[in-house]
Amino acid sequence: MTLDLNESQRDANPEAGDEGVSEILRDTSLFLAPDPLIMNNHGMEERTALEHESLAAETDPARLEIVRERLLAGANESFDMLESMGAAPGAKWGDCVSAIFTASGDLSLASTGGVVIFCNLVQYPIKFINKYWTNEPTVGVREGDAFLVNDARYGQAHNTDQSMMMPVFWEGKLVAWVGATVHEGENGAIEPGGMPSMAEQVWDEGLKMSPFRVAENYTLRRDIVTFLQNSVREPKLQYADMKVKMFTCRRLEQRMHEAISEFGLEAVVACLRSNLEDTDVEVRKRLKEWPDGTVRHSWWTDGTLRENAMIKINLALTKKGDRLIFDYRGSSPEFTNRSNNSLDITLKGMLAQLFLTYIWPDLPRNQGVLAPIEFIFDERSILKPDFGTPNAQSMMSVFTSWSVAQVAVMKYLYSVPDKYTRVIAPWFNMINTFLFGGVTQHGEMVGNVCADINGMGGGALSDRDGQHSCAPIFATMADLGEQEFMEEEMPFVQLVSKKLMKDNQGFGRQRGGMGYQMILALRDSPVWGFMLTAIGSKFPNVPGLFGGYGCPTYPLCRISNVDVFETMQSDPSQFRYSIEELMNEQPFPEGEYSTHPMFMPYSLAERGELYMIAQGTGGGFGDPLERDPEEVMRDFQEDLVSEDVAWRIYRIVFDPETRIVDEAATRLARDEVRKERLDESMSFDEYCADFVTDAPPASLPYYGSWEDPAMVYAGSPDRYYPAGQVNPPVIMPNPLEVKIAKLERQLAEARQG
Amino acid sequence: MHVFITDALVIDLEKETWQCRGCETELGSARENYKSFLRVRPRNPQDIHAPIIDKDRYEFTFAPDPEWTRIVEYYCPHCARQMEVEYLPPGHPPAYDIELDIDALKAQWADRDALTEPAIGPAFVPPQHHHRKGGE
Repeated sequence: MTLDLNESQRDANPEAGDEGVSEILRDTSLFLAPDPLIMNNHGMEERTALEHESLAAETDPARLEIVRERLLAGANESFDMLESMGAAPGAKWGDCVSAIFTASGDLSLASTGGVVIFCNLVQYPIKFINKYWTNEPTVGVREGDAFLVNDARYGQAHNTDQSMMMPVFWEGKLVAWVGATVHEGENGAIEPGGMPSMAEQVWDEGLKMSPFRVAENYTLRRDIVTFLQNSVREPKLQYADMKVKMFTCRRLEQRMHEAISEFGLEAVVACLRSNLEDTDVEVRKRLKEWPDGTVRHSWWTDGTLRENAMIKINLALTKKGDRLIFDYRGSSPEFTNRSNNSLDITLKGMLAQLFLTYIWPDLPRNQGVLAPIEFIFDERSILKPDFGTPNAQSMMSVFTSWSVAQVAVMKYLYSVPDKYTRVIAPWFNMINTFLFGGVTQHGEMVGNVCADINGMGGGALSDRDGQHSCAPIFATMADLGEQEFMEEEMPFVQLVSKKLMKDNQGFGRQRGGMGYQMILALRDSPVWGFMLTAIGSKFPNVPGLFGGYGCPTYPLCRISNVDVFETMQSDPSQFRYSIEELMNEQPFPEGEYSTHPMFMPYSLAERGELYMIAQGTGGGFGDPLERDPEEVMRDFQEDLVSEDVAWRIYRIVFDPETRIVDEAATRLARDEVRKERLDESMSFDEYCADFVTDAPPASLPYYGSWEDPAMVYAGSPDRYYPAGQVNPPVIMPNPLEVKIAKLERQLAEARQG
Repeated sequence: MHVFITDALVIDLEKETWQCRGCETELGSARENYKSFLRVRPRNPQDIHAPIIDKDRYEFTFAPDPEWTRIVEYYCPHCARQMEVEYLPPGHPPAYDIELDIDALKAQWADRDALTEPAIGPAFVPPQHHHRKGGE
């Protein structure tokens, strides 16, 4: 399918210029749902009169840069406050952000640390407030107000985040907004921790805060705070972090006022606006340097978090002149009773992170970076679901979509002479971590997530290996947290923590950064449970680049019917310090050993039983046969690769005792592999004739397009529809009912003899 | 003039052909899918990502499921360098992943100096390692 470049403009505002009709509709609306005119526009608002005047008055770029640095210092200071004072585990590891917005709501300046996607999405609720609450007699927007939002459909990454927004006034006039966002975790959903994979309806997802006022005169309203506390499992956290975000916003407001006092209102307004416009201009200039053409890349997520399913994310990325168009048509249809759908705004916000971190990290962190970029989605697809479709686990589709984009962008970027970062293989992208909930050793009820979410392995570069367990794709400056600190507050122990897993490697001439193992057990709690919300146990999560391999797959491993704390008392020699040894050697005679996909609904845990997972590795770069044998030996010495991988993948002939490489024998062995490659391969036409099929295998529960992106499958070969028109929509059966039906069939067969 | 399109593939702008960066073998027209000029080998994913835990005892082993995953390797027909690796559901068509506008590419590079090596981007400068207060 060829992209019609005019087609990508279809999100354009159809009601522009019809303000009278809009006003009548607004006044008579029964319910103020998210406004499509706001939600479908990721670009910048038009200049205001004040911005026009300010830009005309302030023309000295050096002076504007001084103002910008002053405001950035304020943003960074407030981010430090947020990270230091935040009560949520996410805040402690940098899963938060603070930012300054224009009066119209555009993100102009985000803190240097933190999660860009969060504040990129806060533009939408601010614009909602501007449009609907400013002149609403029962609400209004006044100095000292603070507003809160968590419903992703009004503009959040997912419902587990809460954003506070505060208007900044000067001499009675609204001149800017400031905001602070934290991944709070608990939000009263059907499962603890704020990311419920069991959610089958949006009402299972917990709090649904549309943008609303929670503070007046810089004071939180106690009745509203009480209502919110009453709606979640962690009332202390809810209150504490509302206060923290309030003080963060106040500090930003203070720094804004100080900057205006020193430089004047026009300088500050001009600075905020020029940030956006200059970034837009610079991005267009840089895009012109890329080659024109289309790069295509697809990937598959292998589950909904309730069952395994093959779910396609399809991308054709077209670049022409200074335009870049992400065409995600042909991706899977939406799952109407699963939480793995992502809103389109979430993906756009994540892609801002891609560009501001991995492509052009020198640009100011604002939404101007996306202004020249266009998007196309199928309606009612997994990346643009209906209003009533759950999205609490949007990361299951948005992270894959991000990685698909990362690969596609790298294929443009490699040939560009002037780069601002290096080409990199895909970063690991999945939240291989534990969520938890229950009563702590201190008698408090909690529900949240472990910091290991941030331990994703980095992708390899053309001349350098990827970094181990480095950072999450959404926040390069996040922290892994201190396990001991967590154990002081929570009733479980990580018996093996931050230990890299042997052979868990994205192989390549340069290898991906590797992921570590987590082996944990519950110790002291009257009631406690864990859950897992990741995919990639059957189909890997990321590929490599330019001849390198991707990550392997990841399971949950469990050993039940054992109290490891008792065995450590009675016979400590039984314990093993890796998943591989524990599962293969089965050292506990009474233990029950099992493996599972990386998704597990909230399940109560027993004291001392073992839950074991590994973080993922980034993709490898280049042909593994070209890896320097000394680099392989370094990995072997550090127990990162086995003798088997050193030979089978890298084809190194060496003495395992001394690690001395036989270079001549290695050269010969590698030449043998090259010969084998040519002998056992075929032409492209032969491959397509013999191995490509017209439709997915009937045994595979397949969702999305196959060859033609205009047509999508919805779970089986006979459910084949034009994209965006899947009818009846995808409704998944309850996995427990599926299991019961299967067992009943087996029982009936057994009874019949 | 040569343009380094990927780590393994070069386009010769004058000839409008794909070339192997390793052995400089001319592969075919740059206006076509480079994969159609390469050798192709489907692989069982477990030959690459071997089980880390015992596959006879466990369903999930850190190795991809061959019923769900096929790895497709692409080699230079002359020097056998592995140029690209695709992970696909079995039977899925390979992607026409890089389709460039060759005329636009030629116009773009008409104003640029030829490169002898790919531009890998800004140098990584590690921060100075020190233990003294103030970073001296």
